[in-house]
Order: sequence, then structure tokens, then C-alpha cells
Amino acid sequence: MRREDLIFEQSRPGRRASTHAPATIAAIDDLPASVLREAPPPLPEVSELQVVRHFTRLSQLNFSIDTHFYPLGSCTMKYNPRVSNTLAMLPGFLARHPLEPDSHAQGVLESLFDLQELLKAATGMSGVSLTPMAGAQGEFAGIAMIRAWHLARGDTGRTQIIVPDAAHGTNPATASMCGCEAIEIPTGPDGDVDIDALRRAVGPKTAGIMLTNPSTLGVFERRISEIADIVHAAGGLLYYDGANLNAILGRALPAGMGFDVVHINLHKTFSTPHGGGGPGAGVVAVNSRLEPFLPIPIVGKRDGSYVWLSEADRPQSIGRLSGFMGNTGILLRAYVYMRLLGAEGMRRVSGYATLNANYLSTRLAAAGFTIAYPQRRASHEFIISLKDVARDTGATAMDFAKALLDRGFHAPTTYFPLLVPECLLIEPTETETRQELDAFVQALCEIRDLAFRDVGELKRAPQTTPVRRLDDVRAARQLDLVWHSRSGTVN
Amino acid sequence: MTQVPQNLKYTDDHEWVRAEADGSVVVGITDHAQHALGELVYVELPDAGRKVARGDAMAVVESTKAASDVYAPLAGEVIEGNPALASQPELVNTDPYGEGWLLRLRPDDAAALAGLKDSAAYSQLLAAEG
Repeated sequence: MRREDLIFEQSRPGRRASTHAPATIAAIDDLPASVLREAPPPLPEVSELQVVRHFTRLSQLNFSIDTHFYPLGSCTMKYNPRVSNTLAMLPGFLARHPLEPDSHAQGVLESLFDLQELLKAATGMSGVSLTPMAGAQGEFAGIAMIRAWHLARGDTGRTQIIVPDAAHGTNPATASMCGCEAIEIPTGPDGDVDIDALRRAVGPKTAGIMLTNPSTLGVFERRISEIADIVHAAGGLLYYDGANLNAILGRALPAGMGFDVVHINLHKTFSTPHGGGGPGAGVVAVNSRLEPFLPIPIVGKRDGSYVWLSEADRPQSIGRLSGFMGNTGILLRAYVYMRLLGAEGMRRVSGYATLNANYLSTRLAAAGFTIAYPQRRASHEFIISLKDVARDTGATAMDFAKALLDRGFHAPTTYFPLLVPECLLIEPTETETRQELDAFVQALCEIRDLAFRDVGELKRAPQTTPVRRLDDVRAARQLDLVWHSRSGTVN
Repeated sequence: MTQVPQNLKYTDDHEWVRAEADGSVVVGITDHAQHALGELVYVELPDAGRKVARGDAMAVVESTKAASDVYAPLAGEVIEGNPALASQPELVNTDPYGEGWLLRLRPDDAAALAGLKDSAAYSQLLAAEG
């Protein structure tokens, strides 16, 4: 495949694409001379056709949910309905400016207020802040609120956050970023948290626990109520990592399980673009005890109008996480998605997400693949281990992942969770057809056949992608993020 | 075939320990561990003088697949980390029991070494893990 030159490499002096300035363009002749450019900006000089071809080609290089099945476990790569984009890009939304007065933005504020209410209903919580800009910031906000709650009570010694070993790597990182120590507890052989280890881990230093439910092992934590009782009795709070909320949408409430704070990745569960197409939105929902600490701004209602609540309204807030009010364009897309589905539609989301995962898991088991937790019903995702194939043929989970790309499938999550050797974490989501799932099973069977027949050929995959197998070891050892032009200079 | 040298002691977490003549011990990760991790890209070692309890996470080995803690096989004080690993983490892969050693410890109680697995018991553990 031909390498696509950067648009700057295609630039030639004097080449132009013309455009028509709108008649209504604002006059700028009153700008002071001191702020005017002396030379034009160093933009690439290219024709209109070059621009069209360049960006069309780039889009064709993309492996995306719009072109391929994308069963990336714990990432919930589902279809993003076009109508969410269309409605979120209505001129009345697009033309808003973050510094305009609330009275000029009642429509967008009402939409965001309603979104807060919908998210309360979906989690069972009593307060929501939409401001975290991504999942990691939502996690940070959640643990920062737990810390703030302890400190507000004068309980300064609670500096430990308990994290199961199956957790996302971001959980211990979050604990650390909030000035806490992550205490790891093991998982039992059936995939549930080791309750005895939890009992030993809690104490007067426990600030809280971070749990994903269903866990990254793709199973529902059956003793969640007992876990909540143990942590609460020890004086800690429970944080719900919303990565896998898709599995329980409309069927179980994190509040009902005993959680005090939830972060929700709207870009997963509520189907806004992500995976390079983001940005994300990691909103947080809390029960009444944490509500005063929610990050600001929050949309409130006062005298029949919608207003941004600020420091004056929420003096105990953990503060602001961004310059303005979160990724509003993404929030609006999630709002449209929730309104289109309604409560009944949300139940169907989790129902089909779970059905698709169990169908795929059952078919792969029947085809002879090793399911990591065969005694447990899959939630919305499940794990297969290729340990046996690796032992018999030398073909690894990474080889399977690369070979899937050649067969028109994005690879599942590989080598995570770390508890399961040579694993693929597979999440089909509710938006795939049975035919697509069958084709995926067929592809995995073909790859396994190839592993036994000619493992050397398998290790040459991928052969159809714009770049072949990358040297990720060298990239990690000798990290170089600077672009060098072909003439050797650094631009 | 995974190597398990007979002159070393082993932990359930796949560290090896070698007793030195001066009473210190050298610690590394086993051939099995380096193979499971894949090619290492970074090794984080503790500073000399750090006190560790048995089972403390005292070092981190990172591959393109995962970052994994290395646990202290014995309680003691860190004497030195292997300086070569800063620029050549791959030594752990190519020579896990030699040039790829991680650190030297001065154990609080040299007799505790006897409580670790010998090569036969460690080989059994590997066989059981399949």
C-alpha cells in the first residue's frame, strides 16, 4: 500500500484552493495593528482536490466501528447512531460560546440538566456532575470526592484505596494521583473478589474500594452486597468504575449495590465516538453524602431558569476539572442517545449486549476454544485463553490479534486482564448481527487451523494493513515521538 | 524448555535467590517468568539502603504486555540494583540467571533462605501451573 504523505509534505509554494467567504463574515478591520499577523500562517499550500484525496485516504486507512467489527473488551465499541451527531450539531448548539450568559443558553442548559436527571435514574444516584472530560478524569473526581468526604469529617488517616487485581490499570493509578496507596486484593478461582482477603485488607486506613461490576473478567460480582457491608462497616466508601455499565443498563442500579459514587464513560455506554474519535466524557454520579463535593460546574434550576452552579453554590466542591463545562458536544450526543432509547430501550441494550456475548462465548466453546470462566455466565464480555494453542504451536494471542486484522476484524483486547495467560477479552456489544458474530467465530477457527498448519505464515500477519507488524519492543525502549521530514530536518 | 538451575532457591511468585559467600543474596526473576512476560522494555529497581519486608513489591518489570511487581523473597536491605538494566532491560530475557540479575539484598535472617523452594519443588510448581 502506498504511504500517504503528510499534508505538509505535499505543500508547494503558491498552490491554492479557493473558497468563498460568507457575506455575513464579521469585519475585523477594527482590530489593533499590534495583534495583526505580519505574515500568513505556515499552512500547507495544496489544491482542493489534494485536500479531498488526502483526508479521504486517511479515513480509508482507519480501522473503525463504521467499517469493521470491533470487539475490544471493556471498551464497548458500539455503533454511534448518526442521528445523535445530527441533533447535537444543530446550529443552536454549535453556535454557543462558553462565556455567554446563561440566559442565552437555556436550550443547551436544559438539555444538560435533563441528561443529569437521566443519569441519576440510570444509576440510582442523587447527584451528577457532567464536567469530567474523560474516564480517567471521572475516576480522579470519584476518588477525590471520597478523600474530601473523609477530610471534611476530620478523618485524615484514610489513605488506602482497595483495588482488586482484575481492575483496570487506571484504578491504582487514580488512587495514586489522589495521594492514596493502592492495596491490591486477589480474585478467587470463580472470578469473584476474594472476600476473606478483603476482610483482612480493610481497617482504619481504608478510604474506599474501587470495583468494576461486572468485572473485567466478564462476570457479575455476586457478593457485591457483602462487599459493600464490609467496606462501609470499616468506614470506607465504594467507587463504581462504570467501564462495564453496558451490561446492567436498565436492570441493576449501582446505588442498589451499595456504591457511593459511579463514574460513567458516556463514550462507552451511551455510544458517543471514542477510540481516537473522541473526546470522551467521564461523568460522575453520587449519593447524597457525596453530593456537596461534586466537581463544578453543575447545571441547576433557579426561579424557572437553568443556571451553572459554581463555587458559591457548592462551597465544598472538589473544584473545577476543566476551563469550562466538560465536552458539551459529547454530552449532547449521549443525551440524544438516551432520549431515543428511553427506559425500555436501555433494558434492550443490556439484554442484547449480554445475549451477543453469551452466544459468541458458547459458539467459541463449541468450536474448542478455552473459555477462562466456563462455569460462569458471561456478562457483556468474556475471555478466551489461547494458552493451549500457544503451547502446542507457538502461536500467541498477539499472533491471533494480528491475523484477525487481515480477516476484517479489529482485534479484541489482548493480554488483559493479566490474570489469564494468552487471553483475548471479547466484547461484541448489542449492535452486531448474528451473521457478523458467526463470521468472527469462523475467522478465529481459520486462524487456529493456520497456527497448526503453518505457524510461520501466521506470524507474518498482518499482510493487508497499511503498516505491518510494528516493532513495539523497540518503540518502547527507544521512544521517539518527533516527526522527521524526509529531508531529515525536524519541523 | 524452561531452565531451573539447581543451585538456586525460588518463590511461588517466580523470583530466584542465590546465596553469596559474603552473606548477601542476589535476586532475579526466573526463566519461566521472563518468558511469560515477553521482551522487557523497562526495569524499575529500588534504591540502595531500602528496607523491605518479605512479600513487599520492591521492583517492577515492564514488557509490552504488562508491568509486573517483583516481590521481596526475604526481608532485608537492598545493597544495590543491577546498573546494566537501565540501558539493557533485555538482559533479563537473554540471561535471567546471570547478567539479568535484578538486585542484591542483605537478608535480616540468612536462615530464612531455607524456607524457599528448591529447584525440584519449583519445577513441580511450574508443572502444576501447566
